[in-house]
Amino acid sequence: MSIEPDYGMAAAPPSPGPGAWKPSIVAELAEVVAHDAVNGEYRHLVVACSAEAAAAAPGQFFQLLCPHPAGEQPFLRRPMSLYGADPVKRQVEFLYKVTGAGTRGLDTLKVGDRLDIMGPLGVGFTLDPAWRHIVAVGRGAGLATLAPLAKAAKANGTRVTAVFSARRPELLVSVDLFHSHGAEVVAVTDSEQTSGPANVERILRRYIADGRCDAFFTCGSSRLMRVQQRLAKEFGLPGQVAMEQQMACGIGLCYCCVRDFHVNGEIVNRRVCWDGPVFDLMEALP
Amino acid sequence: MNIAATRRKSVDLSVNIGGLALRNPVMPASGTFAEGLEKVMDFNRLGAFVTKTITRELRAGNPLPRVVERPGSLINAIGIPSKGVQHFVEKIIPHYTPYDTPLVVSISAPTAEGFASLAAELSIPGVAAIEANISCPNIEEDGKAFAMRAESTEKVTRELRAATKLPLWVKLTPNTGDVPDVARAAEGAGADAVVVANTILSMAIDLKTFKPCLGNVMGGLSGPAIKPIVLRQVFQCAKAVKIPIIGCGGISTAEDAVEYMLAGASAVQVGTATFLQPAAMTTIIEDLETFCLHREIACVTDLIHGVVIEEADEPELAWLDPVS
Repeated sequence: MSIEPDYGMAAAPPSPGPGAWKPSIVAELAEVVAHDAVNGEYRHLVVACSAEAAAAAPGQFFQLLCPHPAGEQPFLRRPMSLYGADPVKRQVEFLYKVTGAGTRGLDTLKVGDRLDIMGPLGVGFTLDPAWRHIVAVGRGAGLATLAPLAKAAKANGTRVTAVFSARRPELLVSVDLFHSHGAEVVAVTDSEQTSGPANVERILRRYIADGRCDAFFTCGSSRLMRVQQRLAKEFGLPGQVAMEQQMACGIGLCYCCVRDFHVNGEIVNRRVCWDGPVFDLMEALP
Repeated sequence: MNIAATRRKSVDLSVNIGGLALRNPVMPASGTFAEGLEKVMDFNRLGAFVTKTITRELRAGNPLPRVVERPGSLINAIGIPSKGVQHFVEKIIPHYTPYDTPLVVSISAPTAEGFASLAAELSIPGVAAIEANISCPNIEEDGKAFAMRAESTEKVTRELRAATKLPLWVKLTPNTGDVPDVARAAEGAGADAVVVANTILSMAIDLKTFKPCLGNVMGGLSGPAIKPIVLRQVFQCAKAVKIPIIGCGGISTAEDAVEYMLAGASAVQVGTATFLQPAAMTTIIEDLETFCLHREIACVTDLIHGVVIEEADEPELAWLDPVS
């Protein structure tokens, strides 16, 4: 039982000396180690960073203070999913699509430039050691968010089957990375008319029937999330979904990134940046 | 390290805000602080904690989008989502009591009586001061708030004063024409300090859709862009009242904090800067000490109202005379 401090007219609390306190979230200048175009839309960015930042886990994210592109002044940091983290080399990787002022600014970065990164942030994916086989379903930028799962699952002794969706085959990302970690990847695309929810459901039902789906992991598509919620309920399977929302602070202060979740029969408001971005599949609402 | 710095090893950063002693003058602005920052900075280094505003009733907050950025600034219309008093007393207050930093609780209510009863209920161990947020532009229709007028400020402050013995800080709005008059009303009704100010009522429109960028249509502007405006209001209020002023508006650096103190602030609150640099507050504290060392300022309180206003010389009018 501690004694309640009396702040009345007493002397100011003393300033503590350098103590044992250490940050677990850092904002720091990271050096660009590699920055390449993956295809017409996506860029792959690798930066050298501190041990704290490189400790990022799959599903976590960083807030990037993007350089100002010509004629634009992005003010806030931009949330960016972790694409990969290497605690030994002390590097983190991002895979992003150039879509707005922030990512246009990122696109100007050259090897050797400095980028202000803040992280690791949020609650990432959880891998149960008992799972023998998981299924990852992603679309668009969601494929980048799911990417670190491939490595983590391999380390966990869990096999991964991925169903990746994109508008056209050449826009698929992360496929090689998943292959390199021994995952099987099935691609479905709009241009080949294979990406509809009915076809994805057929594919997923087959995996379930084959005993290859102990859990779902998904990001990037509300339609595909609903398919998995239906199947998870029907077969009693667990699942996790990484969600997106416009953010300001990224660290749970401002409540701008809230979404509704369905928890024990109630609608609950949660912060995507702090309570997520990874949530229980069954609690997520599109 | 220069000569001045080696001569003087330390600076007294402590300030006293209406009876509340703080180890330094730097604290968060309400609504930009929560437990998450524990992972970024040592909470025992802050001057004070200031909580997100709480209300008696449960509030969902405003529809999304809740923020939009503009050059050098941010517009927010969060709308004070609140889990109510019980959650606050049972879950939030105990979280901060292990720290050796005073907890200032920001409160809001729709009526003066509501403010008073909430202040009374929260005058409990673990709470060091009450900050009455009578200036949120996002919860009343068309941005109206108690602090828009001296009379309503006087009434709500008087009721608050009668309801609590804790140091009472009243947070004013920059959206009224005569902030010093409102500050005088708060002082006259018993406030121990005024916070100048809150966000500036503002708006942004999306040029693709022609719709407002915020779900609430209007919101509060914050960030570096508003600093010169609020700094001027602190300067004006410092001439109008004797109680301490806590400056709040666009402070990102120690230099900004010094400017506010020179204008008349006894302490400062840091808000939007934390969204860009999460450790902004502790950086400001370190840099403030360095600034004082270099300028051979022994006590940070020596900065308060230190602005030098020189009497203007007689204007040279000769050029106005067309014949000379």
